[in-house]
Formats: sequence, C-alpha cells, structure tokens
Amino acid sequence: MVEISMTVNGKPVTAQVEPRTLLVTFLREHLGLTGTHVGCDTSQCGACNVHVNGMLAKSCTMLAVEADGAEIVTIEGMAAPDGTLGVIQQAFQDHHGLQCGFCTPGMVMSAAALLRENPDPSEEEIRAFLEGNLCRCTGYHNIVKAVRAAAEAMG
Amino acid sequence: MPKDHGIGAPIRRREDLRFLTGSGRYTDDINLPGQAHVHFLRSDVAHGRIKRLGTGAAAAMDGVIRIFTARDFENVGGLPCGWQITSRDGNPMAEPKHPILAEGKVRHVGEIIAAVIAETPEQARDAAEAIEVEIEELPAVIDMAAALGEGAPKVHDDLPSNLCFDWGLVEENREKVDEAIRNAPHVVTLELVNQRLAPNAMEPRVAIGDYDKATDEHTLYTTSQNPHVIRLLMGAFVLGIPEHKLRVVAPDVGGGFGSKIFHYAEEAFCTYAAKVVGRPVKWTSSRSEAFMSDAQGRDHVTKIELALDEEGHFLALRSETLANMGAYLSTFAPAVPTWLHGTLMAGTYRTPLIYVNVKAVFTNTVPVDAYRGAGRPEATFQLERVIDKAARELGMDPVEIRRRNFINPDQFPYETPVALVYDTGNYHATLEKLEELADLEGFEARRQESAARGKLRGLGINCYIEACGIAPSNLVGQLGARAGLYDSATVRVNPTGSITVHTGVHSHGQSHETTFPQVIAEMIGIPEDQIEIVHGDTANSPMGMGTYGSRSIAVGGSAMVRATEKIIAKAKKIAAHLLEASEGDIELKDGKFTVKGTDREVAWADVTLAAYVPHNYPLEELEPGLEETSFYDPANFTFPSGAYACEVEVDPETGKVEVCSFVAVDDFGNVINPMVVDGQVHGGLAQGIGQALLEQCVYDENGQLVTASYMDYAMPRADDLPSFTVDHSCQTPCTHNPLGVKGCGEAGAIGSPPTIVNAVIDALQRGGIEVDHIDMPLTPVRVWSAIRAAS
Ligand code: FES
Ligand code: FES
Repeated sequence: MVEISMTVNGKPVTAQVEPRTLLVTFLREHLGLTGTHVGCDTSQCGACNVHVNGMLAKSCTMLAVEADGAEIVTIEGMAAPDGTLGVIQQAFQDHHGLQCGFCTPGMVMSAAALLRENPDPSEEEIRAFLEGNLCRCTGYHNIVKAVRAAAEAMG
Repeated sequence: MPKDHGIGAPIRRREDLRFLTGSGRYTDDINLPGQAHVHFLRSDVAHGRIKRLGTGAAAAMDGVIRIFTARDFENVGGLPCGWQITSRDGNPMAEPKHPILAEGKVRHVGEIIAAVIAETPEQARDAAEAIEVEIEELPAVIDMAAALGEGAPKVHDDLPSNLCFDWGLVEENREKVDEAIRNAPHVVTLELVNQRLAPNAMEPRVAIGDYDKATDEHTLYTTSQNPHVIRLLMGAFVLGIPEHKLRVVAPDVGGGFGSKIFHYAEEAFCTYAAKVVGRPVKWTSSRSEAFMSDAQGRDHVTKIELALDEEGHFLALRSETLANMGAYLSTFAPAVPTWLHGTLMAGTYRTPLIYVNVKAVFTNTVPVDAYRGAGRPEATFQLERVIDKAARELGMDPVEIRRRNFINPDQFPYETPVALVYDTGNYHATLEKLEELADLEGFEARRQESAARGKLRGLGINCYIEACGIAPSNLVGQLGARAGLYDSATVRVNPTGSITVHTGVHSHGQSHETTFPQVIAEMIGIPEDQIEIVHGDTANSPMGMGTYGSRSIAVGGSAMVRATEKIIAKAKKIAAHLLEASEGDIELKDGKFTVKGTDREVAWADVTLAAYVPHNYPLEELEPGLEETSFYDPANFTFPSGAYACEVEVDPETGKVEVCSFVAVDDFGNVINPMVVDGQVHGGLAQGIGQALLEQCVYDENGQLVTASYMDYAMPRADDLPSFTVDHSCQTPCTHNPLGVKGCGEAGAIGSPPTIVNAVIDALQRGGIEVDHIDMPLTPVRVWSAIRAAS
C-alpha cells in the first residue's frame, strides 16, 4: 500500500492504495466518483477522460500513484456548485449531444480541453480533436454541434 | 414556430441532467455491501475437448472464495432460445444445449470454462490465470459453406450436421419464382457478404447477483434492454426461480443496439452463485471480453437474382442466404435471418413473385443475434444493391428504376408476396423530398469539381422499408416465437394530479423519460414536468417485453395511451359528478374539465384529489383512486420507409473513400420529439456507415477472433463521418396504433450501408472502372484492389 494525496474537484483527498491501482479505479471505487467511465481496455474510447493538472488524460492509462500531488477535475466538477450546468454541459443538452450518456463525461472533458487550447475550432478541428472519444449512439453530429455552440457561447 | 410542449415539440431531455453531471446510475456504479467479484476463465481455442481442469492451486490463492466449473451447474438448465424455426421439410430447427459453463467441449473463443469468485476483481483474475487447463484442440469450423460440406468437423457432436435449419418463404412460390426467372428477358445476379459486426455499446455488460436468505429473494442488476424477459427466461428455464422471488433491475444502460436483449450466461451465473456463496457477486465485462462474449450481428452470405422485363419492371426475385448462428443459438438468433429478413425482400416495390431461402449454420464462432436493424439491413442491402446493378445493366437511371417499381400510394394496404401487409406509405413523396434536399441536379457539377482534384465522385441512392414493433402475438406465435410481443404501462395518477408511468419498455439512450411525458401532456393538458417515467425494474413495472426493434413508442407508447384513455374516462365520470353534469357533456382540455357549452369547469388536480379523498364522490358507482394498466398488442407491424442519398469521393490512388454528404429522408409517421428522432437517425447512420466502410469481425481459420479490441476493430470516429441532413417531414401515420407512429431507431442503420456502397460503385463506374461490387467494409485496400483488378 502506498499513501497518495491529490486535489479532486477542488477537494483534498488522501488515501492508501495498492501500487497497481489505476486512477480511474481510484476515482470510481475509492472516491465514489462514478461519472468517469470505463469503455475499453486499450486506451481508445476516452470514456475515462479527466483533467490532470489542466491537461486531458485517460484515467484508465494512468496509475493513481502517478497522480500523487496532482489537481484532478472529473465530470462531477464541471457544473457550478449550485448545480448550474457549465457552458459545455448546457450546449450538450441544448443540442442533444448525448443519448445513453455513457461516453458523455469523457466527451465533455475532451471538449473542455479543446476549447481551452482552441477557443474557436472549426467543425473539422472538432472532429479531429474528438478522434480519441468513441460514441456509439449519436453519430457525433450533435456532439460536434454542441461543441461549436459552446465555443460561440464562450466567445 | 415549433411547438414548445406536447406531441411534436423538440423539448430538451431531462435525462441529460444526470448524465452530464456524472450522476447517472449504470450497473457498474452499483456496489452492494459484502460484494465479491467473479472473473471468468474463457477458452482461448475455438474448438476443443476439455481434458483436465486443475483448480487446486488457484483455489488456495489469496482472496479466493470459490471456483465453479460445469460440474457445479449440473442441475441448471441451458440458456433457452426464444424462437423456433421450422425447416422446409417440416422439422424443427436443431437446438443444441447452450450451457452456462462449457460442458466437456469448448465451441468458440471466449466460451466460459470456469469462474473464480474472490474478494477483489484482481484476486479473481489472478486466480483464474492460475487454473490449469488442458484442452485437446479440434479442427475449427469457421467458413459456412465448408461447415455444410461432406465430412466437416461438427460443432455439436450429437447433431447430424452443422445445419441448424433450412427455411423457405414462401415455399409454395418456389417453383413459380424459378420459372419466372428462367423465362425473364433480364436476370441480374449478385453474390455478396453482409459481414459480421460487433455491436459495441459503449457500456460493457455488467451483472450483479444478490440473494436475501431471510426472504429467499434473488435480485439481478444487469445491463439489459428487457428486464422482464430476462426474469422470465432465467427464472423459468435456467435457474428454476419463480418470478415472485426474482427481481431483475436494469438501471441506466449505456446503449444496447440489440446486444443487451439476450439472456447471457454471466447473468445466470451471478444470480446462481450469489446464493451458493452467500454474498453478492459482481461481474464487469472488459471490452476484450465483450468482443468474445456479446452476441455479434449480421454474418450472411447471399446470392440474389432479380428478373426484369425490358422496361425495368421487376418480375421475380430469388434470394439464397447462408446465415451464421455461431456456436450456439442466442436468444432470438433464429428469428433474425428468417422472419426479420425474408419478409422484407419486397422492399418498397411491387415485385410479384419472391422466394427466399435461408440455411442457418453452426460454426466455432461467437453466437450471432439481433444487432440494430436485425435482418432488415441484410434484406435491404442485397435488394438495393441488386437494383442498382440492374439499373446499370439495363442502362436506366437508378432513381427512375426505383420509382417505376414503387408500390403506389393508392395501393395500401398492400399485401407483399412475403407475408407482410404494409398499412400505409408514400415512397414517391420521400424520393421527391430526397431529390430536392440532396440537390441531385447539382451532382454533375460537383463530380467535375472532384475530378479536377483527381477524385472520383459517386452518388448512391436507396429506398428502404423496414418493419418495426413486431406483432401481433398470435401471429408471431405461429411463426415460432416463444413469447408475446405486446407491451404494457401502468399510469398512476397521484392525489395532487402528478403522474407516474411504469412502462414495460426500457430506455438506454432512446429518451423515453422525455418523450413519453410529451404524449400524456398532450392528452391531458398538464405540463411534462408533472409526469415521471419509471422503467427498468421488474418490481415496479408491469410485465413488458422491453426495447428493441424500434418498438418502444409504437407498442409501449400505445399501451401508455390506452391506459391514459382509461384514466381520462374515469376522471370524466368524477368530473361529471363534481360538476353535476352528465358524463357525455364533459370535455378535457388544457388540464380542465368543462361542461360543454357552459363556463362551468373543474381543474385536473381537483378531480384527482377527489379520486383519493372521495368525500364528494359517487362511491356507489366508482371505486376511488386513479390508476390504470394497459397491455397493448399491436394489430400489425409498423412500416417506416425512406429515401437516402450520399455522395462519396474515392481516391483512385489509395482506394480511400470519403463520405462528402449524406441525406436521409424518412417517413416515421407522426413524430413525438423531432430533436430525439434526428438523433436516433444520426446514430443509425453512423453505425451503417461504420458497417459500409470500417467495421468487421475477423476470425482466422483456427477460429481466433483477430479483431478483439479497438486496435483491430475499426469503430467509426468523429473524423470518419460527415454531418448529416435528416428530414422526416413526409409523414404517413401508421393506421393501426393510436399515435400513428412507426419507430425510428433502426432506419439509419438499415438504409445507409447500400447507399454508401452504391455511391462507391457509382464513383468507380463513372470513372471508367468496371467494378460491379465490393464486399463491405469498403476499406482502402479493398477498393484499391478492386480498382487494380479491373484495370
Ligand atoms: S476506458 Fe480509458 S480509453 Fe477507454
Ligand atoms: S451517448 Fe451513448 S455512447 Fe455516446
């Protein structure tokens, strides 16, 4: 067992974990933050995307111990404390960018990372950036629309 | 102005709030106190005899609670098949036992050999890896034609061959069709493969079994599209648990596309083992396991022949298919290549004579069953491909040849030669709308512009039909279904007027929680937020058949309408009493009961309160309370149809296909929420385009699944697809359900594959490259090879 400390959605946490524990397992099973999902075992679907020190990261591909000392943001940290949806989340609802919702947390985290680095992406740039996120429900059409709309709203 | 509430309003989804904040409750998010974890040891050979299983060392490892093998399941039934097909010779299909854990033999890669229950998932996996397995490998049967050959190794030793059934539709037409084809001026033939796909809902399957010793009650939490069906199959046929002691819960489910209809071994295992070990038992599938344990889709090899006269009128059609069942019969597998496929061979056309033959084959591969569209994509693909080829051979325009053969609007109800009666449709209207939206006239200019860049541009057309909401039950019973195909709803009006609807259908992306209240809001005139939809738990919903085959609104929605009508009828009686008027004079509008021709009125909530606080109430005639249940068994299928067009660019140097535009015009009848319907079409299109260009399950000759992860199985990604143009303004309402709805979940996946392939072939042909057909997926290497072979 190893002791790790990090900030998750603004709250400090300290825990003992087995060294082989993945960050996603730590978030889901130890912290009960089940909004971060696991959709594959080959680092290819992006359902597990979170932000680590402001960077997009696949939490299934990272050990919890590697996140020691880091600032983590998960989907649970994306709405305002009073529950008001963030701009990207609201755009996903407005444009029907989700159906079953399973890929959605990862999509929102990716979209946030994209808009941080490119506040005015074209449709093509959005599609290229989301290449690491699989969605089986929406055909991506409305996800792309939602990200565009979020970019405009944040404008 | 679009409506902002009720039927037809594009209102935003209430489901989204929880999914967008990470507060959904999927099965894997559930952890029960004291829960143990199971890891399944799966076969890594496709066909073999289990010689020895050494579990001693594994059982002694840290955290291991118990190891199960087939011996522990001797008193447990196999997984049942829900549909029996009768062969042409009158014999029932071959129906081998589908054991929970492999008995003596393994028959596909991924079949469960043993199960380890331990304190943690890691300990269970470590111990499973320590089990000593000795398997004598046998030659695997992979190719269907070879499986039916003389002396082929048998998947099931106790069956006479690898043939499951040999089915014909309609057998009496066989000779007439043969003769018509023999005598026709033109016969166009196409041999094609509809490749095997992996459904790949993004949420992998999960099962948690729980047993309460005090009450002798079992609970199964599972990723299911139809919890009641699982309860019935597992309770009655596998484990022998009566329904009142078995509860099945399917909470938020992350997509299904058919793959979560079926009753799987892992669910039965967790339910059974929880009682044996006295702890809740949880299993979460990895994606790798999903590739070898979720039922796969399609996998047909077909020869189709279309006979035409000199003017391009269809005279007769013959279709012969080999359909892969995999190693065992999954729950609804036999229905897919037969009643969901053969019956669709008339398409939107007046072909007078049709004969369909399907031979279903066992192979050493993962079982195959319904996947989005289920049989209808396979029918549409061959039909719309052979029509395109016929147009080319006869020198006709692909749009014109279709139009010439359409069933005309004045011919409904239309009885096809393959056992269906289409109630309504207008195929000319959707095609005209398509011509307008896809700007077919402007194609030539766009083609020249592509050519200037060295690209071959092609246009593909398709006019599909599909059949949804399979019914009625007494008919499907005659066709071999071992289940009814009604659905149900309980509408519970609460004292202050809000409503809770318990529905037998299940939402796993379809948006029922938003769309179903729109229907009731329209009927009663109260706001949607006064209405809650509850689904996914056998403990509180009436027996329902679940969600698949685009049936939710057509069947489950109709049941809800019927129950609401009963509610309104009773509420009017109460209102009449309160208003001291006669029942016949009471009208309900905008949430108020009024007496016709007067200004006397009573609000909805006053009536509902009177029903539960019956102080001023006709107790002699009327029971208190306001709650009604309906079971709705449709009189017929519904028949959505549409016209699709796409344009592609093919790079002749690399064979790469780019989809430039895709237009889908669908007739879904009445539409409850157009935003949701658009989304359903988008998703279907993406899966169909995935099939056309990217996806395929590949087995090598030894039965190894080569495409067992996202590294090798090409899923459509955002940058593989265009934005879509979707239209559903052509509406011929269904004539036999109360909402006039048809269902929209599968259309995109049915209509898009032939559209894409037609477009690619068109591009090559216009580029002077004589290619008639390329089998899906149209990967660069396949297209490039076809171009090379032709030049
Ligand atoms: S679960 Fe992390 S990429 Fe799929
Ligand atoms: S919404 Fe279901 S996978 Fe994206």
